[in-house]
Amino acid sequence: MKPVFLHRLYTFYRDGFKNMTVGKTLWILVLIKLFIMFAVLKVFFFPDFLNSRFDSNESKADYVQQELLRVNQ
Amino acid sequence: MEILSSLVDWSRAQFAMTAMYHWLFVPLTLGLGVIMSVMETLYVKTGNEQWKRAAKFWMTLFGINFAVGVATGLILEFEFGTNWSNYSWFVGDIFGAPLAIEGVVAFFMEATFISIMFFGWKRVSKKFHLASTWLTVTGATISALWILVANAWMQYPAGTTFNPETVRNEMTDFWSVLFSPVAMNKFFHTVISAWVLGSIFVIGISSWFLLKKRQADFALKSIRIATVFGLLSSIILLITGHGSAYHVAQRQPMKLAVMEGLYHGKAKADLLAFGILNPSKTFCNTEDELLLSIPVPIPGLLSWLGYDDCNAFVPGISDILNGGYELQNGQTALSFEEKQRRGKEAIQFLSDFRQAATAGDTEAKATAKAGLEENYDYFGYGYINKAEDLIPNVPLVFYSFHIMVILGMYFIAFFLVAGILVYRKKFENVRWLQKLAVWTIPLAYIAGQAGWIVAEVGRYPWAIQEVLPLNAAVSKISTGSVQLTFFLFLALFTVLLVAELGILTRQIKKGPEAEVN
Repeated sequence: MKPVFLHRLYTFYRDGFKNMTVGKTLWILVLIKLFIMFAVLKVFFFPDFLNSRFDSNESKADYVQQELLRVNQ
Repeated sequence: MEILSSLVDWSRAQFAMTAMYHWLFVPLTLGLGVIMSVMETLYVKTGNEQWKRAAKFWMTLFGINFAVGVATGLILEFEFGTNWSNYSWFVGDIFGAPLAIEGVVAFFMEATFISIMFFGWKRVSKKFHLASTWLTVTGATISALWILVANAWMQYPAGTTFNPETVRNEMTDFWSVLFSPVAMNKFFHTVISAWVLGSIFVIGISSWFLLKKRQADFALKSIRIATVFGLLSSIILLITGHGSAYHVAQRQPMKLAVMEGLYHGKAKADLLAFGILNPSKTFCNTEDELLLSIPVPIPGLLSWLGYDDCNAFVPGISDILNGGYELQNGQTALSFEEKQRRGKEAIQFLSDFRQAATAGDTEAKATAKAGLEENYDYFGYGYINKAEDLIPNVPLVFYSFHIMVILGMYFIAFFLVAGILVYRKKFENVRWLQKLAVWTIPLAYIAGQAGWIVAEVGRYPWAIQEVLPLNAAVSKISTGSVQLTFFLFLALFTVLLVAELGILTRQIKKGPEAEVN
């Protein structure tokens, strides 16, 4: 890629973000939302159930099969 | 079992809340996106600056809605991994592949072109900007396609084979998953319903400007576009609605029976325009199904919608549970007890297969695999204890369906009247219609949510139709943790919704004269 193109791309985004009005509020809202979702909810409240308990696909398959048989009891 | 039900109920409630909240934003993005793109196309074609102003105003509202709604769907994926881990494992790559394509292709397409759409008005050519606007909307629509393909697979699991070695379903035919008739119809029905909502939103907000005696030219221009687009979309929605009824009748007959409150099947069945359910009616008693029934005056309409034949037999709830009626393919429908027996056999064969695999007994493995394959279509019935457990919440599905249909008919009449008046240049003088247009906005949201209730509550108790019920799909976690996150989400969603409504209202009040980015 030519440096001129990269510079134009950079100024395109730089000026775009600089001239935002309502967009600034929206970006703040988006960033707060993403922080809550990924840094709080995902980490503390939504661990992946199988990945957090088992290392291999075989042990996950065994567990799910046992669960499917247990629920059927 | 009571604890499990409670866990299943809370997990369902959490998933439903997240999905319904997400669906507040998606339809407006899809619907408004097309309308603003049409306006910008008119600007590029005619050079009329008023179309540019209109396109920019609706684009700002599109941006607000997009920003608040973006990534809320990801929470559903968190819930799959935590609350529905058996399900997540069981569906394997079938769910993963469409969602991955959605994340990589469609999202990046949207993300690339949305910045050109908002930042590029003075930086790129008119035509390149227009292309970016259309590509942003196309990206959003393709995102919806992959999500709906994944959802359709749960309603009609096509193009896959269950592998007992891995206890997972594996995709054997990508094109069957993508182009399954259920997926295609679901995509068009859902996206076009979003176009209807977008049209109603534009007419409603434009009418607000007329009521306030502001921006009359802009408002009437917007209404002209939205009434034509909305009317065409509503008519196509009727056709895809017929498609939905047909696929439900073929593959989820219980859902169709519950939608119509039909306990006892009949040939040449009429479609109810409206009815009131008898709250005392259950599967076990002989009371009347309905306290009030007002059928659509077209004989055999339900039979025609479900089977393309006005004389076809539409099975009721009791027929589906008892079996014994003739299916469309000429076979006799199995009773619940027979399906349950075959489901339990399938589960036992899975257990036998795994034991044989561990013992290295190749012959026993092959026998178990053959038995599992023969009975796999009934696998999920092995987890159902009694016939009544197969009946979804009848009042919720019945009333949601009829509210959706009644509102759909109202929208057609609304677009027709509004369109005639706006093209005869009389709309600006009819204040009652302007007020009605504003109040029609929430009705469009109610119709969309009601449609999802029919689709999702109507397929109870299945996470995957007839293969995996909810009680087998759920993770073994504490009910308390699901309750906690339910209320956390409720708080987060409420705050976000209030924020969106606040920003949106402020921006609408500023009107198209405000130059924003």
